[in-house]
Amino acid sequence: MTQTLGITVDNISVTYSNSRLALYNASCYVQPGSITALVGPNGGGKSTLFKSIMGFLEPNQGQVDISGLPIHKAQKKQLVAYVPQADEVDWNFPVSVWDVVMMGRYGYMNLFRIPSSKDRRLVKESLTRVDMMDFKDRQIGELSGGQKKRAFLARALAQEAKIMLLDEPFTGVDVKTEKAIIDLLLQLKDSGHTILISTHDLASISTFCDRVILLNQTILASGKTEAVFTEENLAMTFGGIPTIRNEERGTRNKEEKISTIGFD
Amino acid sequence: MILDWITEPLQYGFMVKALWVSAFVGIVCAVLSCYITLKGWSLMGDAVSHAVVPGVVVAYALGIPFAVGAFLFGFGATVAIGYVKENTRLKEDAVIGVVFTGFFAFGLVLSTKIPSNIDLFHILFGNVLGISQEDIIQTLIAGFITLLVILLRRKDLLLFCFDPNHAKAIGLNTKFMYYTLLLVLALTIVTALQTAGIILVVAMLVTPGATAYLLSDRFERMLAISVGTSLLSSILGVYSSYYLDAPTGACIVVLLTLLFIAAMIFAPKYGLLRRSHSTIESN
Repeated sequence: MTQTLGITVDNISVTYSNSRLALYNASCYVQPGSITALVGPNGGGKSTLFKSIMGFLEPNQGQVDISGLPIHKAQKKQLVAYVPQADEVDWNFPVSVWDVVMMGRYGYMNLFRIPSSKDRRLVKESLTRVDMMDFKDRQIGELSGGQKKRAFLARALAQEAKIMLLDEPFTGVDVKTEKAIIDLLLQLKDSGHTILISTHDLASISTFCDRVILLNQTILASGKTEAVFTEENLAMTFGGIPTIRNEERGTRNKEEKISTIGFD
Repeated sequence: MILDWITEPLQYGFMVKALWVSAFVGIVCAVLSCYITLKGWSLMGDAVSHAVVPGVVVAYALGIPFAVGAFLFGFGATVAIGYVKENTRLKEDAVIGVVFTGFFAFGLVLSTKIPSNIDLFHILFGNVLGISQEDIIQTLIAGFITLLVILLRRKDLLLFCFDPNHAKAIGLNTKFMYYTLLLVLALTIVTALQTAGIILVVAMLVTPGATAYLLSDRFERMLAISVGTSLLSSILGVYSSYYLDAPTGACIVVLLTLLFIAAMIFAPKYGLLRRSHSTIESN
């Protein structure tokens, strides 16, 4: 099969050990050269789907292939980079920004992970690209929310992977940094990268995402943004979108309101 | 006078031996302890150290080097822990608790039933002052293998402690890293067994790294501080043991703990003093 830099998720189900069903029969295709947004409520399985695509967890059924390859082979070829959610990182760990970004290069190094001049140059370029060169010697916990994101983004850049997965890249990030990250993602798309992000920031999706996948325990819809990212679809995904709920609440009396909150 | 204090014990061969063996063990433990504290494997260290008991007994009974028996059982216990965790719904701490106490108790029963001249007290609390030549050789071999493996794989091990998901994402074999770290953990415990004994070995394996972690934000510096405090405690511990006529392992661990307490209070950035100070400032 030719390498297309797409991701195929074929009928995946994941049950956690506490027998909570996180995903069932999820199938979707991430189009090469696109920016695709993964959208769904908390606990709807976004992170589970990401972890399945990255091979961090083993689905009970189904399979994933990346650019026509099994996950592990694609990873060995440095095809996929993963930018973790902030709460997955141990920010007290004694490493500097430079160290973290250099970790993006380990897959290219020999067994002893001795950086070549090319590795150092790419780390520098990646840091410069996200405007983090001034902070390269900082311990990672000494960064602001936006700087933390940029540091891990730089690691993904240093890895030179053509497919990038970003889990909640805009959480805890100010508007300026969000815009900078979006610009970077658009540049990457133009140079042929495939990008999959999960996000809560519904407002910005239609401004830069070509495609949307709606997820709540399973894939509810996927396709071009203008076709899929509709109010009805969002209502279906989130079980009533916030704006409508607020209007309804305004007309309700107090008692009902309390019971609704309790139920939530 | 201080010179006399230092040189007096050195006229005894067993003291000289105890000093340099303890120093060596201190270094090996300190290096690994940085990885163990960062990975959060302290309890695992405790488990492995207790689990080696039946191995030591069996080794003496069969006439093979104690280090081989200890290593096999220590490493075996970690594999058993991994297996039980994968195949039951128990949480890891419960699994570790069940497995290591089982191994330990089995070893105690075995030691009374298998005729051997092992002194249980020495296994439990260490006996570096009476260490035999062949035990020194075994300690050295286990220690040097540990240092070599860590030296060669230090970057992968650090990545594994920090971000195993990223290691996977770039196609590295995390299962291999996991077992490498368990392997050097078991080897380090074998190294430290004669000095600290089973009960206290976990202190040599955790405290230096924990102290250093409070004092530094860079891994290289953390490593240096860990080795420094450990070396100091080992050497002073042997001296204290001589002058106080107290068990060597216990003296070393008491010193390690005192240094930890000092770091906890006075550490420039993460110390209690500094933190209460900055709370006042921010108010």
